[in-house]
Amino acid sequence: MQAVLEHSPPAGATARTTKRTGFLLLSPSVLILLVWSIVPLIMTLWYSLQNYNLVDPTLHGFAGIDNYWYLLTDPDFLHALLNTLVLVAGVLVISIGGATLLAVLYDQEFFGRGIARIMVISPFFIMPTVSALLWKNLMLHPIYGVYSAMMRAVGLTPIDWLARFPLMTVMMIVAWEWLPFAVLILLTAVQSLDGEQREAARMDGAGPIARFRYIILPHLGRAISVVVMIETIYLLTIFAEISVTTAGGPGVASTNLAYLIYSRALLQFDVGGASAGGVVAIVIANIVAIFLVRAVARNLEA
Amino acid sequence: MALKAKTSTRIGVTILGWGIALWLFFPIFWMILTSFKSEVQAISTPPKLFFMPTLSSYAEVFERANYWHFALNTVTVSVAATAIAIALAVPAAYSMAFMPSKRTRGTLLWMLSTRMLPPVGVLVPIYILARNTHLLDTCTGLAIVDMLTNLPIIVWMLYTFFREVPAPILEAGRMDGATRWQEMTMVLLPLALPGIASTALLSLILCWNEAFWSLNLTSSHAAPLTAFIASFSSPEGLFFGKLSAASTLAVAPILVFGWISQKQLVRGLTFGAVK
Repeated sequence: MQAVLEHSPPAGATARTTKRTGFLLLSPSVLILLVWSIVPLIMTLWYSLQNYNLVDPTLHGFAGIDNYWYLLTDPDFLHALLNTLVLVAGVLVISIGGATLLAVLYDQEFFGRGIARIMVISPFFIMPTVSALLWKNLMLHPIYGVYSAMMRAVGLTPIDWLARFPLMTVMMIVAWEWLPFAVLILLTAVQSLDGEQREAARMDGAGPIARFRYIILPHLGRAISVVVMIETIYLLTIFAEISVTTAGGPGVASTNLAYLIYSRALLQFDVGGASAGGVVAIVIANIVAIFLVRAVARNLEA
Repeated sequence: MALKAKTSTRIGVTILGWGIALWLFFPIFWMILTSFKSEVQAISTPPKLFFMPTLSSYAEVFERANYWHFALNTVTVSVAATAIAIALAVPAAYSMAFMPSKRTRGTLLWMLSTRMLPPVGVLVPIYILARNTHLLDTCTGLAIVDMLTNLPIIVWMLYTFFREVPAPILEAGRMDGATRWQEMTMVLLPLALPGIASTALLSLILCWNEAFWSLNLTSSHAAPLTAFIASFSSPEGLFFGKLSAASTLAVAPILVFGWISQKQLVRGLTFGAVK
């Protein structure tokens, strides 16, 4: 009590000191992130207004909004934008939907559950380049792939997945990488659920589906927010998987924004155009971020 | 619950649980299996499950590229980036959790939004900056970029862990005359250690697997394992044996590390999420 009295009188001063300390502790991270996000952004903005092509030095000078105009009126751009959103939404739906069911499954006790769980979460540790190569060559290769062999074994004609359904196949590969992450999080959330509560629901005659719908699902809200948040950050910028498997093709069938900008910058050496794409991508990422953050922030705060 | 479940249900759950696990794990299993095949066995149709294992693919991989050079770069970069990011994030998260202001929430969300910038959007400027500061193709340069890309997530995770630490415990320390620094290092850190450990684990995994920057900012001197894999991919996609051996070598350390630490990883990741 005495201590409290000693500390409480100069309330205004303490509050100000706390504020300053808080600011000082926070500032290193804020500062370097500010530099990290602003400096390249300004440089990108600058380049985006220039005629700047690495293979054509005669073309230079101020371009105004030409780069943006070319980009936004390019049908490829719209396609890439759509592909980006489809990839993010598709992988989120597959990984969260799948992981919710798997979390319930691996919450049950069965023989060798520990090993089965480790197997399920393993793909998360595999680097994107490796998993893309693995799926492209060992699994889905139309002649030598295991899946093709299986299809032949049951009398079907193997499908060249990456050529026929490029976007969907890339989505499945990415989902394979991120489903385990969602399982990891949601399984722990399910396990933290009070056993008595579930038992009580069962006693009251709630069937498995009702128990899932009314007991387990509401409990997962916050964990799902965490998964959505972290996964979206990575899914918006998928790159390695596309680069390794389809190189964005055929045409632009599996090109997302990240890959479109990359192909402009590094394959066509159009720094100006690529920078304009970069600015647009950043704007879109921020729009998604605002929506996303609004949607999940409430859950994260709780 | 499981004990009382009908035997048939239990058998069903066992089969389903193992079936899905095997299916999801199969590509990794097959990669490891193929790495022990000769090139001829690797592309035999139908694929062989049983064969005479050989180390020839591994021998060729080691002959062609200095694996240890790449692996050492990956370890150096991942550990350095994680250590620096944690050191910067702890004070920031501490400040957000225990000295919140009107702007705390906005700051946190802004930090996370910096992470949503597509790296390709700023590839050109970052490349030019790295070149002008002589950080291109150095572990230092790559570690700085990895640190910056992971910092927002690390701050956010630490923030959620720190919020779970009851403020009165810290205040009690302060009453006893502890400075902010002592309060942070001697009271908060031990309490939040599981959370910090799992944040570090996640950061290590993400750095290990980071491909975009490592492929674009390094060439030979600082090239990590992602570049090692890339050198085995495009021109010879059909050499399945060598490709599998190189892939296995690139993922084995982090896979084993992940298996060992998965409990810790989960505990920390969901510490804030499941309460």
